[in-house]
Order: sequence, then structure tokens, then C-alpha cells
Amino acid sequence: MIGTGMNSLSTPPATVARAARFRPLAALVHPLTLRAVSFAIALLAWEIAGRWPVSPSFPPFSETATAFVALLSDGSLLRAFGVTLTPLAIGLAVSGAVGVGIGVAMGLDERVEWFGVPIFIVLQAAPLAALVPILVMAYGIGLLTKVSIVCIMAMPVIVLNSFKAVRHAPRSLIEMGTSFLGTRAQIIRKIILPAATPVIFAGLRLGAAAGFVGAVLAELLVTPTGIGDIITYNQSIADYPKMYAAIAAIIMVSVGFIEILGFVEQRFLRPETRRTA
Amino acid sequence: MITTLPAGSAGMPPSAHPGRFGDGIPAAAAPDGIVEVRGISKTYGGGVEALNNISLTFPEGALTSLLGPSGCGKTTLLKIIAGLVAPTAGEILVKGRRVTGPGPERSFVFQDFALMPWATVLRNAAFGLELRGVARSEREAVAERYIEAVGLKGFEHKYPHELSGGMRQRVGLARALAVNADVVMMDEPFSAVDEQTRRRFQEDLLRLVAQERKTFLFVTHSIEEAVYVSNRIVLLSRRPSRVQRIIEIDLPRDGDPDRIRRHPDYLDTVEDIWQGLRHYVE
Amino acid sequence: MLIGGYRIPAMASLVVWAIVWEIVGRADLTLLIPPLSATLVRLAEIAGTESFWEAVGITARTFAAGSAVAILVGVPVGILMGRVPLLDRLLLPWVNVFISAPLSALVPVIMAIFGFGETTIVLTVVLFAIWIVILDARAGTQSISPSLVEMARVYGASRWQAFSKIYVLSALPEILTGIRLGLLRAVKGVIIGQLLVSVVGFGRLFEIYSSNFLMEHMWAMLIVLFGLAFLIDTLLGAIERRVDYFAGSRN
Repeated sequence: MIGTGMNSLSTPPATVARAARFRPLAALVHPLTLRAVSFAIALLAWEIAGRWPVSPSFPPFSETATAFVALLSDGSLLRAFGVTLTPLAIGLAVSGAVGVGIGVAMGLDERVEWFGVPIFIVLQAAPLAALVPILVMAYGIGLLTKVSIVCIMAMPVIVLNSFKAVRHAPRSLIEMGTSFLGTRAQIIRKIILPAATPVIFAGLRLGAAAGFVGAVLAELLVTPTGIGDIITYNQSIADYPKMYAAIAAIIMVSVGFIEILGFVEQRFLRPETRRTA
Repeated sequence: MITTLPAGSAGMPPSAHPGRFGDGIPAAAAPDGIVEVRGISKTYGGGVEALNNISLTFPEGALTSLLGPSGCGKTTLLKIIAGLVAPTAGEILVKGRRVTGPGPERSFVFQDFALMPWATVLRNAAFGLELRGVARSEREAVAERYIEAVGLKGFEHKYPHELSGGMRQRVGLARALAVNADVVMMDEPFSAVDEQTRRRFQEDLLRLVAQERKTFLFVTHSIEEAVYVSNRIVLLSRRPSRVQRIIEIDLPRDGDPDRIRRHPDYLDTVEDIWQGLRHYVE
Repeated sequence: MLIGGYRIPAMASLVVWAIVWEIVGRADLTLLIPPLSATLVRLAEIAGTESFWEAVGITARTFAAGSAVAILVGVPVGILMGRVPLLDRLLLPWVNVFISAPLSALVPVIMAIFGFGETTIVLTVVLFAIWIVILDARAGTQSISPSLVEMARVYGASRWQAFSKIYVLSALPEILTGIRLGLLRAVKGVIIGQLLVSVVGFGRLFEIYSSNFLMEHMWAMLIVLFGLAFLIDTLLGAIERRVDYFAGSRN
């Protein structure tokens, strides 16, 4: 059930190649050109909708872009990102390390699986965002609270993906390792973990996305801070271009971060994807 | 022509075997059977009986095929010999020692190649030695030699997904040869390979068998393939499998490989085995 | 898992976790976590109040409306993307952006345009749910065996026949997976929407409980929401497995 979500975040090169082979029309136009065209059309639509105007609280793209430059040049955007991204980075590092550890342990040991998998399945299905007000009320909106919120949101998907990755490591490769006299430790280190890497990383990307949702939610609720402060403050004084600029900025950072995570995986952990035949 | 072998009977190396090609005579007992299968039965959890009291001896230095219809348990028997699957009853002796798990004197070629997609051809071929703790330079030197022997020189730094199915199985073969085991087991190695590639591979396999002087155990469901590559064919019946017949084959293996496929003995044996099997096929 | 030869059901460990919860609550380790038993008593108490059922009503309404929009729009868009490469190339980058973007940041935009009512919550649900529905419908359509498509052409199927009889049915397993994942995201969306709007439904209840430190009330609500989410997941998972059963012969 995580599988499909994961595929969406990492389009394997094979799929792209197949799509291109079956569809001669699309192959004529370079994907990057089309991507640029796609973004240009969307921005143009935004501009027109904003000028029309769809709503007084919907500024056109040009004004939002100007506001973005203004926020960037007076340093307030960077300061806000400092506040927002610090707990996010800590939270993701913690839930990455702990979550992969728990997931791998559950994949390797049946008792740990029995104890851990059901609770994480419940947590993954559950709307954990509902915990945010409790945490904020109890502990205020300090660094620790934000880190906990990021961990709560990011952990279940990271744990479950790591578990599935390890549990579904190809049986024939493990059999091969056994037949060539690999020890249990060797098979885990040289076969199971490398085979699990793609799905574990898909989990990390999904976890990062959930962590961003949690971080932004925490900052919007109760006492706005960081990027949430810029959004709510400008909303309250009806400076919509600045509000939209801040929202666009956090979305770009989030998407960029997840792309970088994918790049790191391909560059350092998946040698076979680096070269084409 | 159907011969049921008593437990402990053994075959001699085919090179020394004077029997006429195509004969179903049980070979005389010989102490030098490298692999002995004694009374092996295997019943799976669901009550499916795959093997029923099988006893066999595999002569040293020969290529013996296990041939039988799909799902007859021949792969199970091979994996029991490899120590990957535990039998329900009976025991396996390899070089006189009882098998309790995989051992250094045996290696395995997998039906689905079992190559690690994240490792180069070189690392895949050297992986058996890597697991044994052989130093990198040493194991890569050995692996390079076998990569060349299986005809993949120049592909050492490619990844499996950059190779065709036939080339991938060559890597699997190089890996199995590189650990220098006495017994090389091959589980339907060419079943995932297209017909033309399979023929080339079969020819190369004969050359390697002649060079390496190891014992090969080969599982296949193709009568033609078994007759073409084997010194000896063990015919298994449908599930629960028993040994139905053992056939010694003595074709002229040196010279033009195409001559074998046109050799009357080759054609006769294929037809003979098919006549024996056809009443099992609905 | 087997203990002493007996098979312990997989979900039984949740009982262990419930006991851990009770112990932590009784030990008074943190005021954040009241004992499970006290929470359940409170739950029974809340279940009789009108405001609770009002919140349930709003949640169910907005959830149903948002999910319906997400499915009715998402599935056709996904199928079209799977069949029309140009459309796919134009839309896919955006779908990929939104599937991993912090959508909670976009809720203020919806609030700014549509105000603090149920419309905003419905749109939040759509925003959370639709992307995975689109992606899975697209993946399902792309995985249709080409020979099936050619079969339809050989036997002269019209465009509509091919769409309704071949594409939708062949892609059904993936479409259902997408719908299940989409509905789970919709549950998250309906909660986040209410939390941020905070004047209606559970959002208002949470606001009241949390500002008065009524932890038992909070956890009672959480149990309800977790239970609902889990129920939806299980229900749709069962439907999906039935479809997978007949689709198993597809390949």
C-alpha cells in the first residue's frame, strides 16, 4: 500500500524509457522542454486569474514574485526558514535514523515484527496531526515540540517502508548468499540492505514530505513562528502577495529537499542507475 | 528400458564407460560417486509429496542431467543436494561427507540468475569469494579469469541490467566456477534465455565442462538440451518423483557442435525419451 | 508469531500497547497522557453530547464530499494522463510537486479565498486526496497490456467502449489502491483542515479541549479518529484484495 505512493516519488528510468518507446509523439518533444512549457502555462494561468481577479485575496503571479524578492532581500524569509528548518532537519535526522533502525529490525526479526508492525500500521493510517494541539498546549512551541511533531508525522511511513523493504528482499538473492556460504551478518550487510535501499529511500522521501506538513502545521497553529508567522501575519494584514510568496517558498524548499534526497540516493547508493547502457 | 536403481548403486565416469550410447543399463557400482543421494523424500508443509525415496549416485567429472516434466521436483532435489532445502527423509553425501547445509565443495547456478543489480559483473562474479573473505585483488583476478572463460571479457564493469539474459546467466556461471567447487549445480540455467542464445550457451557449456573437469549437475525440462549437454540423464517421473530411468550418453563432443544435433544417436535418444514420457503428458 | 507452538494473531500486540498506555497513564509520568481506562470512560461520556455528534456530522459530510470530488475528478484525469502522452508530460510535474508538498501550507490560501466554512474543509480534503488517486489511476492505465488494447481495436471497439470496458476495468486494482490511499490522505486532510479552520467540527472541540487542558477529552477524540481511519483502511483493503483476486489472472 506504500508501494504506489513510493513509485510516484521515484519514477524509475526504465519506466521513462518504456513510455518513450510506446509513444512516438511524446518522444519527439524533449521532456525537459515540455516540463518548462508546463510550468510556464501554469504561471501564465495564475497571472491571468490574479488579474481578472478570481478573488480579492488571490494576487497575480507577478505581484507574488515581487513580494518574494522583497521578502528575500530584507532577510525575513531567510530568518524564518532558519526557524522552520532547524527543527525539521533535526526531526528528520532523528526519525530517519531511528525509523530505519526500527523498520529493519522488524524486517529481520519476527518477534519485533509482531510487536511493532500493528502499532505503526495504526499510526500510519491515523490522522496524527490531531496530536499537534496536544503537544503545543503541553510544551509550548519550542524546538523540542517541533522536533517531536516532525518525528511523529515522519516516523510511521519511514518505519513501515524500511520493514517492507527488508521483508521483501529478493529470496533468490538471499538463497544465493546462503549457497555461497555467506554468514547471516554478511547476507544482511551485502544483500538485504543494498536490496532494500530503494524502498527505504522512498520511505525517507515520503517521511520528509510528512515532516514538512507537520512542521508547517505546528507553526500555523496556536503561536505562529518561522515561515508560519510570515504566512499568518501577512494574511491578517491582507498583504496577500507576501503570504503567497512565503507559501510558494516553503513548497519549493520541500519539493527541492525531496529531490535532493533522491539525487543523493542515486549518486551514492545506487551505482547501477548512474550509467545507461 | 526402464531401470530402477537400488540405493547405493553408482555410475562410472562416462569417459571410462564402454556402454553403447542410449543404453539404459544400470551402471556397475563404483566407489567414486562424488554425490550420493540416499533415500531422499520431501513432503512440503501442505502435504504435497515432491520426492519419494530417491537414491542416486552422481559420477565424478561428468555432467548429469535431471530431466522430468514441469513440477516433478527436480529443482527440489537439486536444492536438497545444495543444502538449501532440508529433506523430509534420507541423506546426501558429498565426497563421503553428510550434507547439512551449503558447503565450499558445491556451487550453484540459479534459474533466475540471482545477480545483485547494484553490483558490477566483476563484483557479482567475485561475490562467492568475497563472502569467503578472499582479498579484493585476489578475488577479482580469479573472477576476471572466469569472466573471460565464459566469454564476457570487456563487460567486467557493466551492471546486470545492461546485459542480455544470456549474458547475465554467463555471469552466474562465472560466479559458480570462480569459487572452485568440485560440484557445480545448475538449476534450469537456460530456461529464461531465448532459443538462439540457449544453443550458443549450450555449446559454450560443453567447452567449459571439458576444460574445468568438475562434476556438473544440471536440471532441465528440455529433452533436447539434456541429450545435447549430458554424459548421463536421470529421468524423473511426475510427482511424487521417483527415478524412472538412467541413460548414459556417449556422443562425440569434440568437433563441430552442429554435428551433434544431426547425429543419428542424438536424434534417436531424444525420440526414445519422448516415447517414454509422452504417456505422462495428457 | 509462534509462542510455545501457538500462533499469536498479528494484531494482538495492540493489546500489549494498550496495557503500556494504561501503565504510563497511571504512573502519572506526564500530564499529557491520561490512563486509557479514564479516556474510554470519558469517550462514553462525550459520545452522548450533541457537540460531538455535530462534529462527527461535519467531518463525515466534508470527508464524503471531498473524497467524492477527488475520486470523480482524479480517476478520469489519471486515466487520460495514462493514455495521452502530451497531457501526461504537462500535468505530471505538477502532480509530483503536490504529492510531496507540505499541503498544510496551502490551507491558508483556501481559507483566504473561501473563508472559514465547510467549503474550505471540503477543498482541503480534495487537495490532500486527489494526487495519489491521479497517480495510481495513471499507473494502472499504463500497465494495461498492449495486446488487450490491440484486441479492442481489432474487434472494433469504439473510444467509449474501449474506455469503459477496457481501460477502467483493467486499471481497477491500481485505481482502488489509489482510492484507498487517497481516502487515508483525506482523513488527514479533514483533520488538518478542521484544526486550521478551528471554528467548526472537531477543530472547535480540539480548540476548547486544548485550551482547557482536557487531556482525557482530547485522547477520547483521537481514539475515535484513529478508529475511523483504521476502519476505512481495513474496509477498502478488503475490497481491493477481492478485486486483486480476479485481476490476478490479468498477467
